[in-house]
Amino acid sequence: MNWTAVQRILGLLLMMFSLTMLPPIIISAIFNEGSWLPFLEGFGLTLVAGVLIWLPVHKSRKDLRLRDGFLVVASFWTVLGTFGAAPLLLADSLSLSITDAIFESMSGLTTTGATVLTGLDDLPRSILYYRQQLQWFGGMGIIVLAVAVLPMLGVGGMQLYRAETPGPVKDTKLTPRITETAKALWYVYLAFTAACAASYMLAGMNWFDALCHSFSTVAIGGFSTHDASIGYFNSTTIDLVAIVFMFAAGINFSLHFFAWRYVSIKHYSQDPEFRGYTVILFSVAVLVILGLFQHQVYASPGDTVIKGLFQAVSIATTTGFTTADYSAWPAAVPVLLIFASFIGGSAGSTAGGIKVVRWLLIYKQGVREITRLVHPSAEIPVKLGSKAVGHRVVDAVWGFFSIYVVVFSAMMIAMMMAGLDQVTAFSAVAATLNNLGPGLGEVSSGFMTLSAAPKWIAIAGMLLGRLEIFTLLVLITPTFWRR
Amino acid sequence: MKILILGAGQVGSSAAYHLSREEANEVTVVDVRADVLRELQDRLDIRTVVGHAAYPDVLGRAGASDADIVVALTDSDETNMVACQVAYTAFHTPTKISRIRAAEYMNAKNLFTQDAIPIDVRISPEQLVCEHIEQLILYPGASQVLDFADGRVRLVGAKADRDGLLVGQRIATLKDHIPNTEARIAAIYRDGRAMLPDGDTIIQENDEVFFIADRKDIRVFISEMRRLEDPVRRVVIAGGGNIGVRLALALEQTNQVKIIERDPQQARRISEQLNKAIVLVGDAADEDLLLEENIDNADVFCALTNSEEANILSSMLAKRLGAHKVMALINRASYVDLVEAGSIDIAISPQQITIGSLLAHVRRGDVVKVHSLRRGAAEAIEAVAHGEKESSKVVGRAIEDIGLPKGSGIVALVRNDKVIIAHHDTVIESDDHVILFLTDRRKIEQIEKLFQVGVSFV
Repeated sequence: MNWTAVQRILGLLLMMFSLTMLPPIIISAIFNEGSWLPFLEGFGLTLVAGVLIWLPVHKSRKDLRLRDGFLVVASFWTVLGTFGAAPLLLADSLSLSITDAIFESMSGLTTTGATVLTGLDDLPRSILYYRQQLQWFGGMGIIVLAVAVLPMLGVGGMQLYRAETPGPVKDTKLTPRITETAKALWYVYLAFTAACAASYMLAGMNWFDALCHSFSTVAIGGFSTHDASIGYFNSTTIDLVAIVFMFAAGINFSLHFFAWRYVSIKHYSQDPEFRGYTVILFSVAVLVILGLFQHQVYASPGDTVIKGLFQAVSIATTTGFTTADYSAWPAAVPVLLIFASFIGGSAGSTAGGIKVVRWLLIYKQGVREITRLVHPSAEIPVKLGSKAVGHRVVDAVWGFFSIYVVVFSAMMIAMMMAGLDQVTAFSAVAATLNNLGPGLGEVSSGFMTLSAAPKWIAIAGMLLGRLEIFTLLVLITPTFWRR
Repeated sequence: MKILILGAGQVGSSAAYHLSREEANEVTVVDVRADVLRELQDRLDIRTVVGHAAYPDVLGRAGASDADIVVALTDSDETNMVACQVAYTAFHTPTKISRIRAAEYMNAKNLFTQDAIPIDVRISPEQLVCEHIEQLILYPGASQVLDFADGRVRLVGAKADRDGLLVGQRIATLKDHIPNTEARIAAIYRDGRAMLPDGDTIIQENDEVFFIADRKDIRVFISEMRRLEDPVRRVVIAGGGNIGVRLALALEQTNQVKIIERDPQQARRISEQLNKAIVLVGDAADEDLLLEENIDNADVFCALTNSEEANILSSMLAKRLGAHKVMALINRASYVDLVEAGSIDIAISPQQITIGSLLAHVRRGDVVKVHSLRRGAAEAIEAVAHGEKESSKVVGRAIEDIGLPKGSGIVALVRNDKVIIAHHDTVIESDDHVILFLTDRRKIEQIEKLFQVGVSFV
């Protein structure tokens, strides 16, 4: 273990992160709210902590090893959740407990979007903005941002990038230099955010709401500036804009990058994961709409289609925006939606869940077993598109899947032991581990009614989900620490 | 600069390592072996593409269309040539460098032209290694001999021992020792660290001293560093492969050469090629054979087989049996460190030699030659100064006025075939070949920039 290198980068990252507490001060000034003090305090606290960590080792010039990458990413996200909570904890208008403040900040950073706050509409704008901004930085990954702007990370940058980026295959770079790759991803991300904010404004939001919602849409987060989420606007145009951008943000960002660079959309249609993703979203939406029609939840067919589609896309991409109380929908529909969040978005997107490409590989293996029963001596590789997938990747997918199941069960039982009923416990774990946000039962609109213990379990779940379990889990294995 | 390296073998990997360390380069490596590439990508900040290096779609995926340089370093000469052809025809890559092993291709006339096989620079590792060993044999006592300006100037590395006349003395006293000639000590490596010396530096035992001098003066200068050895007469070569035979051919007229080859058929073939050298069939690690052939009288024993482990062991054996000086061909850097401290006098790394010659062609500005020293820790560069005082950052300026980066120094100039040893007030003219020494390779970009001519000079 290369402690000095880890410590140095951790300090640098914290100093960088402290800068993100400055924009809310500007927002506070614009709206003349006088709620800037907690952000200034948070900024000072984080900056000083960063400097204190960085200063003793700032001359160290050692390279990061593979293991150090895991340690940096895992500890940084943990530390980040804590320091990100500082302004929320210090804000008088909120008077949150430590648990609630950390829950809220972690839910933001991991793009989960579950909240413990009520009465959002009356809160100072600077605090609302800060929550949205947390999601935005968490979406593409603040470490990817660091790799893009801090050139000295170098080869170590690849280790960090790999430990943070979701998906089973992480070796594909868009450009030879990791810094350039990270930059390209952030440019695409920025472009999407700008386009999304502009579209929201054209659809009728004011600039503040448009900016805030564009942050949480592109990050697939789900925080809103209103208690009623997107439903507050009660506008079909806004719903449609949100649907389009949630869908786009759930696609692998390298596809967007190629489309942008080669000015062609053929990369999308050629990508098997994209096709799988589209088919899954479409099927879920159709099933939901059919369910709504069957039980005649809404009087007009137009309402049924748009509400069904919105909830399907929002939940299946793990965003968590709502325009209706879907947990009150009849029969299998809410459970179907929760199950869809297990699939989530594509690898390399900002979405959570297990990721489409993993399901695709598992599905193809199932098909292979069936074919093998019929042709026992056939040689059948698992293929994605026209390329055979290496058995290392397939093994890794199974490994991930089994760990996911184990972690899920353990957390659900822990939740139930902490006093939740089965439906609430199940959906709360699904909502956090998949970085979805809203669940069913007691947690359908937020986690505010829960006691401290389930909240901490939920915090752990969000972090595990965002870092795809392994990055965090590897730290508690003895092999990792053995020299 | 966007660089495409084809083949992730020893030379390919270390070329990727050296080039990707420089900030300005974007390196992509192509190979058929996915596991090798994965391991390489873990260590280096590069992109990798799996596939056959000569296939147009693979080159396309690797970004050949906007690459500035293609470096073909696969095992097969034919693949390298076709890859360069494809890069030229399908992607219009401006510079194509290729390793060509077979002498048959290298010697062919009119083969490497733009309308036949468009390779701009051909590198033959065997030839380079062979020349390198020849130099070492020509200047006994030197650990490294590097040519500049077509061999007019040489940079020589020599380890100081207690018999050297200059050892324990200030460098400034060099003039009193040899009054009529000029030389310049470019750098000293002491305890693995480089230092750029001045007149007051005192040379100590075990320093590795790099100095530059006119070729006729080199032997005298080596004697300043260590006891002068007798010229080499008897050479024993182990291994009758490409390098061994080339070396034997180059040396057999002036020296007494014996070459040991294990395979009887190969021995037969090379005996037909050679005229004076004696070809012995047998194992180079066979004690009886070596004794029989008077190894104790050999001035130099060179182990040049394909197996580096065998080279190390047979040269250690030869040393113990009394060979005066032993050299071994070793690729792995970690082995080189191991053996150079022990009983092997000189480790020759084909990889390092190839890289040096390769890097020269990747440099911008008017850099014509680059030699890697101390396994890439330092570089010696030959660059041509162009332009006027207004457009160039070096022409018309005295050396002390040039903004050289720290850790680098100008050691000599070659002007119209004349060697000028650099002093602080020497003024550089246009078309001078400037020889610089660099102890910190990260500064290389600044040197390149220095020798680039400004926009006004077209």
